Amino acid sequence: MSFQTSLLARSRWRPWEIGAWVVLWALPLVAGQHAALINEIAILALFALSLDLILGYAGIVSLGHAAFFGMGAYGAGLFAKHVMPDPLMGLLVAMVLSALVGFITSPMIVRGTDLTRLMVTMGVALVLYELANKFDGLTGGADGLSGVVMGPLLGRFDFDLGARVASAYSMAVLFLAFVLMRRMVHSPFGSSLQALRDNRLRLSAIGLSVNGRLAAVYTLAAALAGAAGALLTQTTGFASLDAFEFHRSADVMLALVIGGVGWLWGGIVGAIAFKVLHDLISAVTVQYWTFWIGLFLVVLMLVGREKLFRPWTWWKKRS
Amino acid sequence: MSDVVLRTHALVKRFGGIPATNDVSLVVEKGARHALIGPNGAGKTTLINLLTGVLQPTSGRVELLGQDISKLSPHRRVGLGLVRTFQINQLFASFTPLESLALAVASRLDAARRFWQPVGSDAAIATECEALLGQFRLLEHAERPTRELPYGKRRLLEIALAVAQKPQVLLLDEPAAGVPAAERADILATVAALPAEVAVLLIEHDMDLVFSFATRITVLVNGTMLTEGSPAEIAADPQVKAVYLGDTEIAHG
Amino acid sequence: MLTLLFDGIAFGMLLFVLSLGLAVTMGLMNFINLAHGAFAMAGGYILVLLMQKAGWPFLACLPAAFLLTALAGAGLERLLYRPMYGKPHLDQVLFSIGLVFMAVAGVDYFIGSEQKNVQLPEFFRQRFELGSGALSLGMGSYRLFIVAVCVVLALSLQALLAKTRFGARLRAAVDDPRVAAGLGIPVDRVFMLTFAVGSGLAGLGGALGADLLGMEPAFPLKYMVYFLIVCAVGGTSSITGPLVAALVLGIADVFGKYYVPKLGSFIVYSLMIAILLWRPQGLFVRQGVR
Repeated sequence: MSFQTSLLARSRWRPWEIGAWVVLWALPLVAGQHAALINEIAILALFALSLDLILGYAGIVSLGHAAFFGMGAYGAGLFAKHVMPDPLMGLLVAMVLSALVGFITSPMIVRGTDLTRLMVTMGVALVLYELANKFDGLTGGADGLSGVVMGPLLGRFDFDLGARVASAYSMAVLFLAFVLMRRMVHSPFGSSLQALRDNRLRLSAIGLSVNGRLAAVYTLAAALAGAAGALLTQTTGFASLDAFEFHRSADVMLALVIGGVGWLWGGIVGAIAFKVLHDLISAVTVQYWTFWIGLFLVVLMLVGREKLFRPWTWWKKRS
Repeated sequence: MSDVVLRTHALVKRFGGIPATNDVSLVVEKGARHALIGPNGAGKTTLINLLTGVLQPTSGRVELLGQDISKLSPHRRVGLGLVRTFQINQLFASFTPLESLALAVASRLDAARRFWQPVGSDAAIATECEALLGQFRLLEHAERPTRELPYGKRRLLEIALAVAQKPQVLLLDEPAAGVPAAERADILATVAALPAEVAVLLIEHDMDLVFSFATRITVLVNGTMLTEGSPAEIAADPQVKAVYLGDTEIAHG
Repeated sequence: MLTLLFDGIAFGMLLFVLSLGLAVTMGLMNFINLAHGAFAMAGGYILVLLMQKAGWPFLACLPAAFLLTALAGAGLERLLYRPMYGKPHLDQVLFSIGLVFMAVAGVDYFIGSEQKNVQLPEFFRQRFELGSGALSLGMGSYRLFIVAVCVVLALSLQALLAKTRFGARLRAAVDDPRVAAGLGIPVDRVFMLTFAVGSGLAGLGGALGADLLGMEPAFPLKYMVYFLIVCAVGGTSSITGPLVAALVLGIADVFGKYYVPKLGSFIVYSLMIAILLWRPQGLFVRQGVR
């Protein structure tokens, strides 16, 4: 096999990927009564996908990714209430807004240590939370932004109470994002992002700008996170302050880690696993969920993150 | 007359009160085979870091092809033709040599910002990678992750990545360092086969390599240029001998 | 306004004692421990439980809080934290978040989620008034006590670091653990002891501040940001760095919440972001440190 073929082979869709998407697309049709759950999972998956871009592909540890989720949520809600209730326009506006915030804050994440980055990302989310809280005339403050009534999707499909249209909408956006990101990740730009994660010094030594790439991927990730937030507001008719909260940033990080960082499918797999686990366990008590998920994290980190998807290594001796 | 491709003007770098680089005015000519030698701690790698922009000088200037590059960031200098290798390998551990070279070549061709076309869609890049892999004896390792390669092969990849930039000036920081004896011949042959138009500044401790390669040698001691000249002049210089005190036989193992 | 300043200093000193263990852990083991707040919470709850259930006097609970949390810290370090050194920061962050979740859920389940109040002894409920008018300074005796204790702690820690053999070993291990181990310093034991003392200090701070800060299961999450700010801004390579950072933070927080109540926290967070942008390594970095 020539080298060119070998390089190209990496970007080709594997059969199982196509199969997986067929199954995923079948879900809203087959499991219609769980449409609301499917909607939630799709939104979380999109959010986790956006985090994967910066965590898995550029190596940035962020505990404040909810900042962009919240931006998108409130952006879409306010746009629908005060400008135009069209969902797609709202989605676009929310993404642009979040991308802007991402772009403005990107200089903050290129410098400093891991701790500094952690603090700054958390700080931005906290600042936005406070701002949303303060301007309660606009955002509804602690009560949240309610009464967000969306117009019909594509001019034809009204959002129904059974969440069928909503889940199809979210799935479509997730699918589009996935396809686009998959393409990007296997492009020279995507390759340079992974190179950045591996060795920044070497990346600049072959003539590529580290800071420029970090800013670009951070902005892109912000836009996608904003899309996820917008979807939440548009499909539930409500935006609340917890869109900015720390636990949202922690949850999405957790979901991504469960699904696997750095292979794009991790967001989807993790979102499914996380939501299912969450619903199963919190049916018992809310406290149990926090405890068990905490225990799960501790054990997983002690044992090693990669072991989760390689069950055959659980009993192997360390080589 | 030969042209000057790289020049420094009174370059100084202080850390706290200590001058690691002290008033260095270095001249490298086109097509040069120029070696920079000096005892450990003489400031050779610091000088390389100043030339490439990893460190900012306390005072002084760096000029590449007549242009003042002192304020440029490292990746811009690479774009202008100033390329280096690292004394300790700086590679992309999870990439294969093929993938690493593909990225390096794409960077040179200003194609590394493409985000839609998949890697490998440009046949010219793939062909060039194949040529480089052959030139640097990496063909049979081309598709193994870099972290699995033997040290000597990784060193060759380090140099290959630099050559993929088609540099005007190439700074080699101890290319043979730490390479086991069996693999040194590959490194030495590769360095000897570098294109004639490329100016090469070589830092080395291995005197065999230095004297067989260089047509011009600069001696650096405590951050200051002690003396400069042809290999014969340097070998005969009593000052240089005093500095080394018989270290000339010590090669890196 | 002077009263506010005093209150800010008291809060800042408390933050300092609470955050010091975290700063040292980060500087020494290069470990980002988001669960540090859980030790503070433990100290606070130990005080509350000892006073309410066992009828202990307030002052006796303080050393108890320190000792018990120090012991817990030592045990946890040995068993759980040690395998995590050297793992990537992401793993450490997630690990410590997991611990916090477990602590928060545990407390919520066993003790309940309502905020616990502390019955301070009589002599701590007095207030001293100095001066008059704009320059009046009102100092609650409790806050005075807090400041006094923290100052004593800060001074004795400084002396411990500078004058004792343990201090010398600790400083060597912070500078370069490998060289320190090569010199025969028992780096493992230094780590464990340091972690224990750091956790103990957090517990003591939690107990001291239980009345001020409010004890509830969400305590670690509420205050974690503050501890991290102190470490990020103050740096982790000295005692004075976190001290100054904590004081600035305490004063800024108190003033902010008084003059601009709606935006109080916003000011603190923005200040932190601004400082970290200006000096990404923190305000007080030793020259030449890794």
